[in-house]
Amino acid sequence: MNTSQLIHFQLNGKNITVEVENHINVVELLNRYQLKGARESCGQGLCGACTILVDQLAISGCLTPAVMLDGKSVQTVEGLSSINEKLHPIQQAFINKGAFQCAFCTPGFIMMTKHLLDINPNPTDEEICDFFTGNLCRCGSYPEIIAAVHEAVELMKN
Amino acid sequence: MFIGKGAAMIKNLSEFGRSLPRIEARQKVSGSAEYIHHFTIPGMLFGKIYRSTVAHGKILHINSTIAKSYPGVHSVITGEDIKKIIPNPYYGPAFLDQPILALDKVHFIGEPVAVVLSQDPHIAEAACQLIEVEYEELDAVFDEIEALTSSSIVHDELKPSGTFPDLKHLIGRKQTNIALDFHLKHGNSDDAFKRSAHVFEHIFHTQQAMHTPLEPMVSIAVPADNSITIHSATQMPSFVRLEIARLLGWQENQVRVKSAHLGGGYGAKVYIKVEALVTALALLTKIPVKISLTMEEQFYTISKHSTTFKIKSGLDSSGRLIARDCKVYWNGGAYADIGPRVAQKSGFTAAGPYDIDHVSIDSYEIYTNLPPAGALRGFGIPQLVWAYECHTDMLADELKIDPIKFRKLNLLRNGSKQATGSIITHMESDLVLDTLSKKMAWDSNFDRGNGVIRKGRGIAIGFKASVSPTTSTAVITMHGDGSCLLAISTVDMGQGSDTAMAQIAGQTLGIETERIKVIRPDTDITPYDMGTLGSRSTFHMGNAVKIAALDALDKLSLMAKKAGLDEKISNSPSTILQKTYGMQAGTVIGFGSYKPIYIPTDLVTGESKNVTPFWMVGASGVEVEVDTETGHIKITNMINVVDAGTLVNPKIATTQISGAAIMQCGFTFTEEMLFDDGQLINGSFADYKIPSIHDVHFPIENICVTSSHDTGPYGAKGIGESGTFGVSPAVANAIFDAVGIRITSLPITPEKVFQALLRKNEGEANHEH
Repeated sequence: MNTSQLIHFQLNGKNITVEVENHINVVELLNRYQLKGARESCGQGLCGACTILVDQLAISGCLTPAVMLDGKSVQTVEGLSSINEKLHPIQQAFINKGAFQCAFCTPGFIMMTKHLLDINPNPTDEEICDFFTGNLCRCGSYPEIIAAVHEAVELMKN
Repeated sequence: MFIGKGAAMIKNLSEFGRSLPRIEARQKVSGSAEYIHHFTIPGMLFGKIYRSTVAHGKILHINSTIAKSYPGVHSVITGEDIKKIIPNPYYGPAFLDQPILALDKVHFIGEPVAVVLSQDPHIAEAACQLIEVEYEELDAVFDEIEALTSSSIVHDELKPSGTFPDLKHLIGRKQTNIALDFHLKHGNSDDAFKRSAHVFEHIFHTQQAMHTPLEPMVSIAVPADNSITIHSATQMPSFVRLEIARLLGWQENQVRVKSAHLGGGYGAKVYIKVEALVTALALLTKIPVKISLTMEEQFYTISKHSTTFKIKSGLDSSGRLIARDCKVYWNGGAYADIGPRVAQKSGFTAAGPYDIDHVSIDSYEIYTNLPPAGALRGFGIPQLVWAYECHTDMLADELKIDPIKFRKLNLLRNGSKQATGSIITHMESDLVLDTLSKKMAWDSNFDRGNGVIRKGRGIAIGFKASVSPTTSTAVITMHGDGSCLLAISTVDMGQGSDTAMAQIAGQTLGIETERIKVIRPDTDITPYDMGTLGSRSTFHMGNAVKIAALDALDKLSLMAKKAGLDEKISNSPSTILQKTYGMQAGTVIGFGSYKPIYIPTDLVTGESKNVTPFWMVGASGVEVEVDTETGHIKITNMINVVDAGTLVNPKIATTQISGAAIMQCGFTFTEEMLFDDGQLINGSFADYKIPSIHDVHFPIENICVTSSHDTGPYGAKGIGESGTFGVSPAVANAIFDAVGIRITSLPITPEKVFQALLRKNEGEANHEH
């Protein structure tokens, strides 16, 4: 029985080929590339701190075996902007509205916002809440997060 | 920043009170902010903890043979192994009762018994399942009231830490589960009750709950020759250094503790959590060791006390409170952690923010066979406010006085004596209550509805004394271009302390906050601080930072004078340093240390003339809808009002108050650690529900009243906990207002509300049992 597989995938626009153990999840694989925005917290796909986009769909990295990335395109929060460069409007919106405290959950919320605005460029409060049901913020920055999503909509218009 | 005439410029610059984004905001939205969660060292071992499966028992045999032979396992370590390098491996801030790994006995289900080490965390986890432990089971006790008289004794003998003079009387006590008893006698409540026109007594309960920081507790120990470095998600780097040095019998400078951004703390990451264990493992194996707890394991590590609070009040015929008896029983679980301090330092406020001449308080920290309880956002205050503010509304209802008028009639105000005898100052309780009343339009008619959905509104107010005595120190290093490093051991766990401290430094130095870099806590570099807890940092560290900045300015002035620079004109640090050293060289260092005055409480009377450097007060008001067919409660409006002194950063301050109130919504409605014979049955987010965005999607207004604290830095004081105080009782009071049922235990579940409605409809007593 093979305990590892060779996979090919795109990571923030770069082609990657890697031998990966079957029991490794996506968060562990991303850590090997020093990508630390997706974080395993609850370990059960319930808190959303590990949210990334796979083929533009938001998924829980902690529940996804890394081998399942084969042939896919992966975007993490690090793919939205790079060091000393202009932030993505969603990231800027989170800063403008002070939408985080400890920020352990923030990359997950930002990637979720990315997915939301990709499919619904001008969501209502209710739609935002429905979409974020699976993302938890223990510091309770929810009101600011809702404001940040609206702010992102405005920033992305320009 | 200019020295000399330029000092006038300082007045024009207002860094204090500026709502700039957190200084680390970019790192936080880009995913690059540093957390210990991600920290690794090449070649390090991962530890996986084997935990007790019995609530109380003698360890007869630990069989780790199969686990040790599992491919990839480095070793399996038990408590007996740890004794080889730490002969007396017990730790704790108040009581030296907690072994690094269980020795001889286990005291709760989930207690660490052994650790499997491997370079692969998956192997460590798999091998951990192969450990077998035989126990001789002992009777266990779980309820705090039962534990008072139970024949089951959790610890054979009390072991208070010798360093606290006020705990010395407890040394050697046997045959008791009472870890600490705190007593306060103010006036003579027995006589006052006899004189009272009305006497009412009620009992309230709160549940055991957990902080659940999204970054679970994590520590890494890196051994070296005669020294060790511990990277830990801790709120208390200085304490960890001291306690590890004490355990090892080393000098403090042989232990280096580094922290980072914390993915939440809320009191979960104070004192020793995983640090002692990784230290012992690293010293035994001579290899770096990392232990990352899972979300479930956090529930076995620390929690919020469940409580029973019996409160009795005597009133005169006008509705003035003249006597109050408080008996508070704190379920501390199997190890004391900081629980005894919760029982004592919050216990003395158990009578609430009311001016009562005769008060008696008995507050007990009790051992049981449950996971340990410590500090959670409020240090016991939310449990107390729950009881005394539900009780307050019940009194007002009995006397047919409006709840706000009743509070105003009895409120503890500046100039009056709190139960300890300390005179209240700088606590704007009237302003807080008046602001809340106005914002809720309390005096206008409120439509309570008449169908299935009924509406109600309620308020509650609570107060807290800042923990004392504690010390903070700060170092400011100034470069030739005027940019600065600020070295502090305050840990930014999301409350925004890095930003606030940089603003205080900037204000004092007369430079923009953005020109100051705050150094992450590192005990080799950042000077001593008691800890980041109890809303103490803005006040204590803020003062230390201000003093350090003034010290740096003094030193620059002196340099300018020595260098012969004209004092009448403005000189930049760059000019002063160039003139002094002949080139762009040199450094100016300012040091600040702050420790407020404190007088300990008397052991017999519980009195003190100066029990705290500052008082915090917070109130919440809510409007709710009660679904009388299902018992579901929906908040439709929430207003939180606090006195936080002047605000360093209004935007961050408001977010923090809001977040505290939202967190408290979890403890109000859904969060409760549930046990089956001592076994936690809901240790995951699947079953233990913290608030999600839908749960708290209602209008929330957060207000800080205009106030200023004379001894705070630029008038500031603590803010992190005040938003939690009033939420739970405000909800219970609103439910009573809506449907006339009284919930007396947290959390307020639909089942409890529904059953209380049934009882009411059946004409039974409307008190919950």
